[in-house]
This record gives sequence, structure tokens and C-alpha cells, in this order.
Amino acid sequence: MYSYDEYDQKLLDQRVAQFRDQVRRRIAGELTEEQFRPLRLRNGLYLQLHAYMLRVSVPYGTLSSRQLRGLGHVARHYDRGFGHFTTRTNMQFHWMKLEHVPDALADLAKVQLHGIQTSGNSLRNVTADHLAGVAPDEIEDPRIWCEIIRQWGALHPEFSYLPRKFKICIIAAPHDRAALRIHDLALRLHRNEAGETGFEVMVGGGLGRTPFLAKTIREFLPKRHLLSYLEAVLRVYNQLGRRDNLWKARIKILVHELGVQKFTELVEAEWQDVKDGPVEVSEAEVARIAAQFSPPNYEDAPTFTREFDELRLNDLGFARWLRTNVGGHKQPGYAIVTVSLKPPGGTPGDITAEQMDAVADLADRYSFSEIRVTHAQNLVLPHVRRADLPVVWRALAALGLATPNIGLASDIICCPGLDYCSLANARSIPIARRLTERFDDLSRLHDLGELKIKISGCINACGHHHVGHIGILGVDKNGEEYYQVTLGGSEDLNGALGTILGPAIHADRIVEAVETLIEIYVALRRDGERFLDTYRRVGLAPFKERIYAPA
Amino acid sequence: MAKVVKNPAAQVVTANRLRDGAVVYLVADGSWSTNVSEGAVARDTVTAERLMAAGNQAAADQVVVGPYLIAVAVKDDRVEPLGTRERIRALGPSVSERPAA
Amino acid sequence: MPLLKNGEAIADTWQHVAAGEAVPPAGPVVVPFERWKAEREALLARNTPLGVRLPNAQNVGELAADLGRLELIVLEFPKFVDGRAFSQARVLRERYRYRGELRATGDVLRDQLQFMQRCGFDAFEIAAPNAAEIWRAAVNEIDVFYQPAADDRVPAPRLRRSA
Repeated sequence: MYSYDEYDQKLLDQRVAQFRDQVRRRIAGELTEEQFRPLRLRNGLYLQLHAYMLRVSVPYGTLSSRQLRGLGHVARHYDRGFGHFTTRTNMQFHWMKLEHVPDALADLAKVQLHGIQTSGNSLRNVTADHLAGVAPDEIEDPRIWCEIIRQWGALHPEFSYLPRKFKICIIAAPHDRAALRIHDLALRLHRNEAGETGFEVMVGGGLGRTPFLAKTIREFLPKRHLLSYLEAVLRVYNQLGRRDNLWKARIKILVHELGVQKFTELVEAEWQDVKDGPVEVSEAEVARIAAQFSPPNYEDAPTFTREFDELRLNDLGFARWLRTNVGGHKQPGYAIVTVSLKPPGGTPGDITAEQMDAVADLADRYSFSEIRVTHAQNLVLPHVRRADLPVVWRALAALGLATPNIGLASDIICCPGLDYCSLANARSIPIARRLTERFDDLSRLHDLGELKIKISGCINACGHHHVGHIGILGVDKNGEEYYQVTLGGSEDLNGALGTILGPAIHADRIVEAVETLIEIYVALRRDGERFLDTYRRVGLAPFKERIYAPA
Repeated sequence: MAKVVKNPAAQVVTANRLRDGAVVYLVADGSWSTNVSEGAVARDTVTAERLMAAGNQAAADQVVVGPYLIAVAVKDDRVEPLGTRERIRALGPSVSERPAA
Repeated sequence: MPLLKNGEAIADTWQHVAAGEAVPPAGPVVVPFERWKAEREALLARNTPLGVRLPNAQNVGELAADLGRLELIVLEFPKFVDGRAFSQARVLRERYRYRGELRATGDVLRDQLQFMQRCGFDAFEIAAPNAAEIWRAAVNEIDVFYQPAADDRVPAPRLRRSA
């Protein structure tokens, strides 16, 4: 994975010193809150319901064990001993104190972490899918290009005051594991008919009040033109995006209002002027960065060992965990382990400092010191020898991180909601907890199969409810918490936005309602159908009738 | 978003403390407390305006950020904020912060 | 209006013509873009320095042909969050090779000065009681840059190649 050189580290150190001075000026009264607010947001520091919240960037969801320990250190020394992973694979600390943040940022800078541009109307964390570099179906590691954009976009003088935030995602496989099309700009590496590798460029995705899926504006962009094309897109957006209405300021609205064709023409015209210019990434720089994403020194590892075979046959728990939390690796003899941060009754995505340290240790011993963060708020150990799976499983189980539920009903995506977030209208975490407690029975959970439930506490949709098989949106009705349910959303390349089921349901009845939806699925499903498949076949009506049937 | 209770019978000024972000309530002596029951209660518009002026001055003095009035119910010696959001601000998150084992 | 240029607070010697006002007969004048379009010939016939003020929604390409005759272009930041003028500035400098003074006006934050300078601005309408100190802090606090812009700083990727 990428390791900072002197330039990267110097920028970070200077940024920390700059913010330290800005905090000093704020506390001394030389800056008003209005002047300070954009400055702290550009370092990822929010003022939330209870305290300051610091959002630390985890570039393309990749962490070294040293970095994970660094996050644990911040949790322990500056926060309440835990952190929260978000749907953008970043980490949030919910109990920070302003006067300590410069020190926390200095400590993070020592492990090459920061909060730069995790907020504000700028280029945000460029994400990839959590299996980048190890998935069998990938043609190239997309994180090379994430890192190229990350650097180019950091403290960009022209694009730091965009109409609104700008989120980019890159994948390099035919399967989308990163919810590609809900991003402002989505890039898919693929081969054209001539066998060249390039990007399909999609623009205008985003959830929130007016959700859209990104549309293709260019089928094939040669890799060497990535930055010039991005500059063209951003310049058109910077100049034409709405500035008068916060709810209409994302690029998705501009694409919608101009139409894809007109928008594309503007971008292509702008591109002619910057193409092949100084902005283009040099081959030398691509090679330098690509070299840091070369695979680790894999061993010649056996696919199965006796211990593994016996455990799989004799231990139902291990067998279940293999089925849901372990995936195939492109290197024979290796596997990809998902570390579940979704224990029954827990807060989705939360992790304690102790758990962070322990996972870092496991990564050192069993995964070449590398960890990934998924947009579903789980972690991944990306390079585990199959022979080591039993010992890794036992270690994770002892930490409470081996719930065999990845992709199942209790693997819920959930924003912090009204318990923490000043934007929220309703709480989300208690709903997630109550639901996961209902799915405590593992045989039932496994029988239900793939079921993606996503919960947001407000229309900003940080919980991605629009693309959940079952989506739940918290709303405030007359001062009480209600929940609007959508069905049939999906976040893969054939993405879809969920359909509203009916009037919002009171907090006291929402968990029962979700149970009822699942009962209907079980009653109607045919062989092999997931919830989503059954819904697509029978439609909304059977679900709607039962939920809203007169008592 | 903060919801406004129409014609609240009793109000208290709340804010976040600048240095640590803690939720605080304006006390009658001009100090700020993390305990809502120590908050000065305004039962009429004039008092509410006077308390808000003090809150705004504290913001200008770099003590707090973003002061505003909230509706409360007063029961014996306890002050209870009205509404889910303000109850959560006063009492903390409604969920425990250790993951279930 | 207080003006920061070359690290100093200086006086503004330009006359800014507002809408509906007559253009002063002598001296350097800055006119709004609409006036420039309407009175271009007359203005070009003057033997004085000329400047144009562009609204931040204006496509700068419409002024391209006249850039060689202009010594001042004034761009606007109506609110500091409105960053359209950053793009206008870069296009003026890099695509059209404008060489005159490029001035940032409006809600100009101290903490944006370096971004503005990198985009090609060389004069800033900002109250700077300690101008030299503010300027020095603004342009020196960060001295690693990842991307080329309208300035002549060498971005890190190029520095790496020559290492």
C-alpha cells in the first residue's frame, strides 16, 4: 500500500501546524465561529449534538496495522475509547474536544492519517471496493488511480470551493462491490475491444433528497487522460453548478437539468483545452505509485489443511463463518476475511480501541499488516492463508468480531442518527440494534439469505437507505420518530432506488413491520430467491397490503 | 434540525461549549452548566430575550458556540427538555457505547 | 477599498465605474462587463489603462479577444463559499495568457489567499492591517503542492522525477 514520501509527510505536517494556529486564533477570539467553521470543516472537524466530531480519512478504505493502532490511540487518548466506521470508509470520533484536536491530528500525521477534505465542498475520499488488489475478477488495482486523484485533489486551489461536496469511486471489476453509481463521479476500469485498459466515466450519482444513479458520459477514457478529464468535469461543475440552493447544488442536479448530452458536450469541449497539458499524470508517477500496490510476498500455501477440513466438518460455527465471512482470493491458498462489526445488539460500524489493537495484531500475523474498511462498515483482512483461517476465526470470535452475518439481514448499514448527529430527524442505531437482536438465531439468519437493510436518520441518506433491499428512513412527525420504508433498492451496477412502501411507521411498530416484510418474503419465495428477487417478482403489493392492513 | 415549540411555557438557553464541545445550559449567574436542571428558566418573552442576549454575549466572548432557546418542562427541581433531540443532548446518546459482546 | 498586492497594503489607483455612472474622462477606469460590451470602441480609443469587472457567472472567453488591451480584470467572490472565480482566474491566465493585474474582490478570506494566488490572482481586496505578515503566512504556511495551476510552483510529482 502507498507509503508517504517526504513531500506527502511535509504537506501533512504543515497542515497540522496551520490548523493548530487556526484553533489558537479561534480560542483567543481572533476568529469568529463563522470564520472558523469552514476552516475546521476542511480538516474534518464538525460540531455535533454532544461534542466535536472528527472524521479521519481512510484513503480508499486501506489501512496498515500501524495506522489502525494509530486510530486506536486517538480513540483511547482523545475520545471515549471507540470509533465508528462510516459508509465512506472513513473513521469518526464522536467525543473530541477542540483544544485537543491539534494534538490528535499531530498523532495521526505520524501514521500518515488526517482529516483533510473529509468535509466541506471539496473532493472527498476517493473510494474503491474493499477487495481491490485481491479480488479474482479484477483487471488492475483501482487504488493506484485513487491515490493519483487523492494527491492531485488535495488542497486543489481551483476546486476547494465547489458548489457542493464531490465523491469519487473507482472499481476495476465487472462486479460492483462499492455502490459505484451513487457517486458524483464513478470510474470503472475495463478493457476495450482493442484490449486497452481505460475508464468508463459516469457522472451524477448521489442520494439525499433527490437520489440519482450516475450516468455514463464516456465509455472509454485512456488512463493517461484521467486527470485532465477530471479537471474538465470539475471545471464545468464549479462554474455551472447551482449556488443558490443547497439542495440542488450537487452535480447530479446539473446533469439532470442540462441533460446528459449537453453536459457531456460541455465537458468534452473543456477537455480539449486541458488534454495532454501539464495536468496529466506522468508515466513515471503512475509507475512510482503502482509499485507501492504490488502484491505482498505470498507463500506457496496449501488450500486446505487437515485442521481446516476437520473444523469445517465438525464445527457449525466455523462452517457458517466460512460461508458468509470468507471469500475467495486471486492467490491460491489465500482467502479474504471480513471482520464483522455487526454483533447482535451492537452499533453497526463501531469498534473499541482494544479491538482495533487486536485486529492490527491479527493483520500483522496473518494478513501482511493490511486491513480494509468496507462501505458496509465492516473490516477486511485481505490476505489470510486458508491454513490460518481456524486460528483467525477463533481470535476474532474471542473479540466479538466473528458474527457470521456478512451480507445477511443483521449486516445492517446504519448512520449515527439522532443519537449523535445534529442533522438527524430520528434515531437510527436503536432500530438497527433491535433488528439485529431479532436476527440472533443464526439458522434463521442464514436461511433468510442475502438481505441488505440500510437505515438513515435523515434525508441526507448517509445510511444509503435508497439502495437497501429494505431501506428505512427516520423522519420527525409532530415531534415523534417515524420511519419510512422503501423496498427493492440495490447498489450494484444494475442499481435501483427503492420504492416507498407507504406512510411512515411509528418507532414502536417499525421492528415488527420489518419482521412482517420478512415473513411475507419467506411465505412467497421460490427456490433460491433472495428477498430482492422475490420482491422483483411479486412487486410491492403483497408487502404493502399486509403492513397497512386494517387492524 | 432544531424544532421550535410554539409558545413554550418555559425555556432555557443551551449551547455547545467552545473548547470541548460539551452541551451546556445557561445558569442564572451567567455561568454554564452541563446539567440542564441548573439552567435558568425563562417563563416570559422578556426574560427569554434577556437570557438569549447573555448567551450571545458568551458566544462573542468565546465561551460557547451557537446558543439557542429550548422548550422545557419544570417538575419540582428538575428541568426536562421537550423533544427527542433536546432530551438526547441533555442525557447523552440513547444507546450504550460498548458493543454487545 | 483596502488592497493587498505584493505583500503590501497599497492604495487603489483605479476609478471604478458603477452602473449608470458616466465614465470619467481621464485616468485608469474599470467598467462592468456589460458596459465594456456596449462602449468597447470608445473605451479602447482612450489612452488610459483599462479594466473590466466580470460577474462570476460570466464565461471569460467572451473577453478573450481584448485581453491584450486590459491592465486590470476584477473578479468576484460574492460569498467566500462561491468559488467560481477560481476557475475564471485559471482560464484567463492559462488558456488566454492574460498578463495584467487579476484582482479578487468580495468576501475574500485570509485562508483562501494561497489558493487565489495559485489560480493567478495577484491583487486582493482584503483588510490586512498587518499585510506583510498575513501575506507571508498565507503563501508560506503550506509549500508542498500536488497539482499544477496558474502559478509557477513546481508540483511534487515533477520534483520527484528530478530527485
